Amino acid sequence: MLRQDLVQIASWIDPEARILDLGCGDGALLAHLRDSHRCTGYGIEIDDSSVLACVRADVNVVQADLESGLRMFADAMFDTVVLSQTLQAMHHVEAVLREMVRVGRRGIVSFPNFGHWSHAVALLGGRMPVTPDIPYQWYDTPNIHLCTPKDFELLAARLGLRITDRALLARSRPVTWLENLRATVAIYRFEKL
Amino acid sequence: MTAGTSAPPGAPAGSVGVVAPRDQHFEAPLPLASGAQLAGYDLRYETYGSLNAARSNAVLICHALNASHHVAGTYADQPRSAGWWDNMVGPGKPIDTRRFFVIGVNNPGSCFGSTGPKSTDPQTGRPYGASFPVVTVEDWVNAQARLCDVLGIERLAAVVGGSLGGMQALSWAIQYPQRIGHCVAIATTPKLSAQNIAFNDVARTAIQSDPDFHGGDYYAHGVIPRRGLSVARMIGHITYLSGDDMTERFGRSLRTDDYAFGYGAEFEVESYLRYQGDKFSEYFDANTYLLITRALDYFDPARAVDGDLVRALAPAAARFLLVSFATDWRFAPARTREIVAALIANGRDVSYAEIDAPHGHDAFLLDDARYHNLVAAYFDRIAGRLAAPGGAGEPR
Repeated sequence: MLRQDLVQIASWIDPEARILDLGCGDGALLAHLRDSHRCTGYGIEIDDSSVLACVRADVNVVQADLESGLRMFADAMFDTVVLSQTLQAMHHVEAVLREMVRVGRRGIVSFPNFGHWSHAVALLGGRMPVTPDIPYQWYDTPNIHLCTPKDFELLAARLGLRITDRALLARSRPVTWLENLRATVAIYRFEKL
Repeated sequence: MTAGTSAPPGAPAGSVGVVAPRDQHFEAPLPLASGAQLAGYDLRYETYGSLNAARSNAVLICHALNASHHVAGTYADQPRSAGWWDNMVGPGKPIDTRRFFVIGVNNPGSCFGSTGPKSTDPQTGRPYGASFPVVTVEDWVNAQARLCDVLGIERLAAVVGGSLGGMQALSWAIQYPQRIGHCVAIATTPKLSAQNIAFNDVARTAIQSDPDFHGGDYYAHGVIPRRGLSVARMIGHITYLSGDDMTERFGRSLRTDDYAFGYGAEFEVESYLRYQGDKFSEYFDANTYLLITRALDYFDPARAVDGDLVRALAPAAARFLLVSFATDWRFAPARTREIVAALIANGRDVSYAEIDAPHGHDAFLLDDARYHNLVAAYFDRIAGRLAAPGGAGEPR
């Protein structure tokens, strides 16, 4: 079964679109988009076992570091560039977002909402939050750039990105009230202004 | 040789067992990139596994500098004669001979049975020697395509090669886009760098400076430029290994208790290289070394299109798997990434893996689970496509 944020992302992608999936993991999104949307494209992935999983899934995968790997792509080669659940682990968040709208017409990102109320509770109790969406101890986490939906929107504005779609999810469902506190995952679609 | 469900009786598990080469004569001259042509010539080749009824499961393996048509299996009564890619090709191996009909062919200009500089020139009745025409990667691919014609294979499921063999696989995709379903190019480059050419030139100079070289016509003198060839091999061998690998294997170990204050092979690494060089000079032909290193130097498919690799690869229709090795400084990962980028710019299906193996360029010949699992997975997909309804390895 496709992860819920990937289902939402897939719903924003046009049939036959050319996709670049950054940090594509086992290629589940690309395989789904190929089979259901007739999309083509490539995944970028650094992990050996994920690269192997992509080849097994018949998904095009390029083993590279996201921070430098986008250099090999020309401008506007893709319809949509996806970065799911990886933004918070990037060293150079701004550079990646700029690269996404350079090589693609649109970008889609999903990330865990650090503003979730349970995180505030953990912090009030004097501890860094450890939850199913952010399951790491503070001393052993890849997540170095956690943010909230509002934080992301401010950065997007500063980088000249127009947000065209937003979905805030909790337990795989859209959140409609107190969403900044209740959403566990935020997903945005954007394009260059 | 037929396909079984496991290794043939008496053969070690995963081996294609005892094999024998075959020779194919071609009467029609082979036109060459230089403008010259190769008059009637022979190609020596081996095959493993069975060609299916649709003739769609053939995989061509292209060899690099010093290898040959003998890819897998052993020769009768020669237990130590395993093929050069025996860990890659065989029943249950990444390129599984239970599913694929695998062809290994010795390129013209080489010295393992196909027509080359040490063969007799029918015009003169003497060995070609220095008069053997310079051949290119493209020429080899044309020769290989002719062999496929003879074998009744219109379209190869895949062409596979490492290093110089990877160049041939790439060239197949460009020269015969409709005849190749998949291109698997490993530890290769779209063209040699100045440094690569420089190493080749030192190797050639070593051979040409050997007093026994006689301008390439040493056969008539009953000698071979053994020392030059040995030095050439020593130089080449250094470029196949990573610096760390050499440190790991030899360090500064001495073969003697202490320095002998002379110039013999005191360090283990010296002894190893000299041994490798001497062994090589026993079985390899010096003119072939010149010719094949020159073919390496000349390979540059983008040269004809203003150096634009994207345009050079535009005709390709195959799907691609490219693999590089992190410690390969001869053909570094960055060079393979150039190919990947150009294929992506052309919208081709391509996967690329960068294997973090310690063994430098040589890694493409060695056992590494990540590398072999990846190639196995890729060939599994190829087999899946062949088996799919209407599938005969069609590109899309």
